Amino acid sequence: MAQTIQLRVSRYSPERDAEPYFQTYEVPVKAEWVILDALNYIKDKIDGTLTFRWSCRMGICGSCGYMVNNEPKLGCATFLTQYTPGPLTIEPLRNFPVVRDLVIEISDFLEKLKKVKPWLIHEDGNGTGEYLQTPDQLEEFRQYSMCINCLLCYAACPISGLDPIFTGPAALALAHRYNKDSRDQGSAERMAVLSHPEGIWGCTFVGECTKVCPKHVDPAGAIQQYKLAAAIDGIKQFLMPWGQRQENQ
Amino acid sequence: MSSSGQASTPAQASGGATSPAYTEFHPRWYRPQVSTYWWLGKWAYVKFILRELSSVAVAWTVAIILLQMFALIRGQQAYLRFEHVMRAPWMIGLNVIAFAFLLLHSITWFNLAPKAMVVRVRGRRLPAPLISGPQYLAWIVISAIVVAIIVSRG
Repeated sequence: MAQTIQLRVSRYSPERDAEPYFQTYEVPVKAEWVILDALNYIKDKIDGTLTFRWSCRMGICGSCGYMVNNEPKLGCATFLTQYTPGPLTIEPLRNFPVVRDLVIEISDFLEKLKKVKPWLIHEDGNGTGEYLQTPDQLEEFRQYSMCINCLLCYAACPISGLDPIFTGPAALALAHRYNKDSRDQGSAERMAVLSHPEGIWGCTFVGECTKVCPKHVDPAGAIQQYKLAAAIDGIKQFLMPWGQRQENQ
Repeated sequence: MSSSGQASTPAQASGGATSPAYTEFHPRWYRPQVSTYWWLGKWAYVKFILRELSSVAVAWTVAIILLQMFALIRGQQAYLRFEHVMRAPWMIGLNVIAFAFLLLHSITWFNLAPKAMVVRVRGRRLPAPLISGPQYLAWIVISAIVVAIIVSRG
């Protein structure tokens, strides 16, 4: 007889429920199965009403983030076998409104992402030119460019839960990614937007965002480096205000 | 829909007050509340709260040192009074706790420094121990000098 595991899955129907509740399913455990396989098994064989997001199955799209035993995990990159004999609790990512079952609402994050201007800002170009970059220059930001917007970091960050206006780890790490890009000239523009309590200074360096990141982006490190740059910038402005005026002209 | 083309939301239609938990056209998203005791659920969060709390111990120690300096400036009688207060059991207990928090504050600060400081030598980022190591070394050396001065004078 094949080994099985109990999955306690959070269910919430906006039409029917006042708050989420848990429903338990028994699913087979196979060596190569990840959490997402188990959820798809439930959807296909047991309960077609279970709703969850997923797409690529290979840690690229960032759609299948769930709370697995109270830890933010990618459903496609977390093996079932590491939780045997179970039971295993699966909930929607923390710190987001729940639309239905395991589906969270992310438009607030998308607004924050837009605010940090996560694109190349180049004053003297229209984006059609070719900008050469050395491997060392690439290495400066490569780590931060690996973000897949899976939002596990927001679920791990208590500040994101306590202070909804906080820009949050992934968006700030992406801002840092573009600041460190040798082709970009928008760091002053981003600094004006992010050097605020709801930006980089909102981060109290809990560090859990870095621990849960499946792509090893290290958002906590990026934010602290951003803070250091902002502090140096502030000291420069204080000591040499005329230098700043010249730059602005 | 009204003639002006505006649809009324359920909350508006029922005359209910809108709250921060209400989103227009999406009244039924479930919004979990963060518990006051959220930090008790995970050791990493407890450590974070203790680290944040350690700043109170830093402020306390700064205040004690300032009071010691004021007492020193005011003369012998004032300094003896200061010493008398500092010898009280409750004060010793409080300072032992403050010292433990100061150690936590310093160690976590040194451990976090490599995250904020990116030092590259020949294109390669220096590993974390090479950033925090010299800070630990300076800390130990300065502490040893302070202890040596206190012991030699005592």
